[in-house]
Amino acid sequence: MNRDPQIDSNGKLVHLLSIEGIPRDTLIGILDTARSFVSVTEREIKKVPLLRGKSVFNLFFEPSTRTHTTFEIAAKRLSADVINLNVGSSSQSKGETLLDTVANLSAMHADMFVVRHSQSGAANLIASNVAPNIHVINAGDGSHAHPTQALLDIFTIRHYKKEFAGLRVAIVGDILHSRVARSQIHALTTLGVSEVRVIAPATLLPSHLSKMGVQVFRNMAEGLRDVDVVIMLRLQNERMNGELLPSAQEYFKNYGLTPEKLANARPDAIVMHPGPMNRGVEIDSSVADGRQSVILPQVTFGIAVRMAVMSILAGQS
Amino acid sequence: MTNIRIKGGRLVDPANGLDVRKDVYISQAEVAAIGDAPADFHVDRTVDASGLIVCPGLVDVAARLREPGHEYRATLESEAVAAVAGGITSLACPPDTDPPLDEPGLVEMLKYRARSLNLVQVYPVGALTQGLEGRKLTEMSELADAGCVAFSQGDAPLPDARVLLRTMQYAATIGYPVWLRPQDPSLASGGVAHDGEVATRLGLRTIPVVAETAAVSTILLLVRETGARVHLCRLSSADAIDMVRQAKSLGLNVSCDVSANHVHLCEMDIAYFDSNCHLIPPLRSQRDRDAIRAGLADGTIDAICSDHTPLDDDDKQLPFAEAQPGATGLELLLPLTLKWANEAGVSLVQAIGCLTSAPARLLGLSVGRLDVGARADLCIFDPALRWQVDSSRLRSQGHNTPFSGLELEGKALYTIVGGHIVYE
Repeated sequence: MNRDPQIDSNGKLVHLLSIEGIPRDTLIGILDTARSFVSVTEREIKKVPLLRGKSVFNLFFEPSTRTHTTFEIAAKRLSADVINLNVGSSSQSKGETLLDTVANLSAMHADMFVVRHSQSGAANLIASNVAPNIHVINAGDGSHAHPTQALLDIFTIRHYKKEFAGLRVAIVGDILHSRVARSQIHALTTLGVSEVRVIAPATLLPSHLSKMGVQVFRNMAEGLRDVDVVIMLRLQNERMNGELLPSAQEYFKNYGLTPEKLANARPDAIVMHPGPMNRGVEIDSSVADGRQSVILPQVTFGIAVRMAVMSILAGQS
Repeated sequence: MTNIRIKGGRLVDPANGLDVRKDVYISQAEVAAIGDAPADFHVDRTVDASGLIVCPGLVDVAARLREPGHEYRATLESEAVAAVAGGITSLACPPDTDPPLDEPGLVEMLKYRARSLNLVQVYPVGALTQGLEGRKLTEMSELADAGCVAFSQGDAPLPDARVLLRTMQYAATIGYPVWLRPQDPSLASGGVAHDGEVATRLGLRTIPVVAETAAVSTILLLVRETGARVHLCRLSSADAIDMVRQAKSLGLNVSCDVSANHVHLCEMDIAYFDSNCHLIPPLRSQRDRDAIRAGLADGTIDAICSDHTPLDDDDKQLPFAEAQPGATGLELLLPLTLKWANEAGVSLVQAIGCLTSAPARLLGLSVGRLDVGARADLCIFDPALRWQVDSSRLRSQGHNTPFSGLELEGKALYTIVGGHIVYE
């Protein structure tokens, strides 16, 4: 396991497990492909036959609504057969191991697995153990990676800002537990934005973030100064009061995105959120629904981006 | 009993400061002579050791044999065979079996089973607290009479500093050492990887260095308070090694060991979630690994052990955090130590000392040395034999190694226990 399992010996992307290690050109290629799919999703007949006859298994070991749904829509718009499994409630609770579950589904001639799991590295483990013709897409593993979310985020940024060079992007919130943040950081640094900032209290920051090429801010007003893009992260309920934070109220006071704090950013800054939002905890409703918010377009672009990823991987078979 | 002549080898015996080309004669389970044959010595078997190193049988201070309780992972027999194939003739096994080694009967049974195999000599380390629960003392005197050489919690936590103090006082009373793997359980809680660059990148829960140093600090203060003899197991960080170096210079009665894994690997080896690199303690930074190598070279670290932990595939074929920690290691201890010695420019005598005389001293045993008239436990190895680690071909029932595919130099060719050639 010393080689990146998502890239084959010819340098082709065979799985999507993490943004880390994917070259800039490949990322841009995915974004370009996604752009062509945006028009498909706007047509009256929203289907293309690229994955006709292919079986896509949505393998969700952890509950999810949005990601699950958008993957399902994306696969259906590519004409794939979609099989949804909420594994958390069946095999795993009967003691079957992750790899046994996957082996059984592989025997049903799956072509692609979309995997969500609570453990970092679960998608890597599956990808390292499936037959070579099966592709694995990581739909979120523990605190490790959520690559399609990061791809739709950079798609959104590119849509509104055109170029990545020269941009200042701030990611605010629970970086420590966030797979979204890690994938966004890799994507943004690979694409060469001029500055990636993270803003959080020390209890929500991993120890060696600066090694990932970001600037760390504890103070939100300072961190937001002159940024072009503000990405807010969801704060999980169970982390709002305890050993990491004293209360949701105090968190909102220091790190909630209000119009006053947003005023530190550039006037044309866009506000993003991977959802689902906690209004009044990490973001004020007037910002979430305000003119700078691009949170709903993110969801729409998410379908096109997932179509792009699926069609590119299927094209490598 | 056969009389054996080991001919033409390079004899390396760190306990006696020997590195000479001399023959060894074995008779009646003992070393009969070194150099010239004793009078009337009738040779039954000659072992040609030219080009080979002849040294005391290796002593491993930490090897899990998985009995009782985990026989599906390994058995005493499979692991004893692996041990002698690795040149190991004596080993200490931690008490973290199921049930733990907290009853004299369990210890006697283990000793008896090991003796009947007639391979490696097994020295159990008794449980420090009942059920390793960290609350009540075990019957240490009874356990010592049954054959325990030291007392330990294995990898189980001992969160109560007062209980820790009492165990040290009690063990000191009966004259036995306490072996502790220093880790503050609350600071390490839920962690599976070093709090560094790799865990940050992979989103793994962490065990910071301070979990180790906070525990070392408490232990050293309690050693000063009680005068107990304490051995620190499996140090992993530069800071902890510095603390031990300082404690030793102040004359404190402490010793420490590291696993062979940590001499060579660091957090980077986890790469893409390689669960074979999920170890206890976690693999730390390159700086920490460099400090381990420096600590071995300057003698701060007394011994290198295998920390042998055989696991089956199902234990490892899981997401990193869910995989059982540990690596198989009996057959790799010698070549990994030789690799370090080569790379660090450390003499063979010093390197072999970390595997023989030093661990024997920690166990309080007269093994790990070649004295005329003493029990003949020997390892004869080819220091130049190159071989590639193939996990499926290891004799241990556990094939879980982070070194699979690595090319190593040095392999035991003969292992002699109590005058018998038990491996060749």
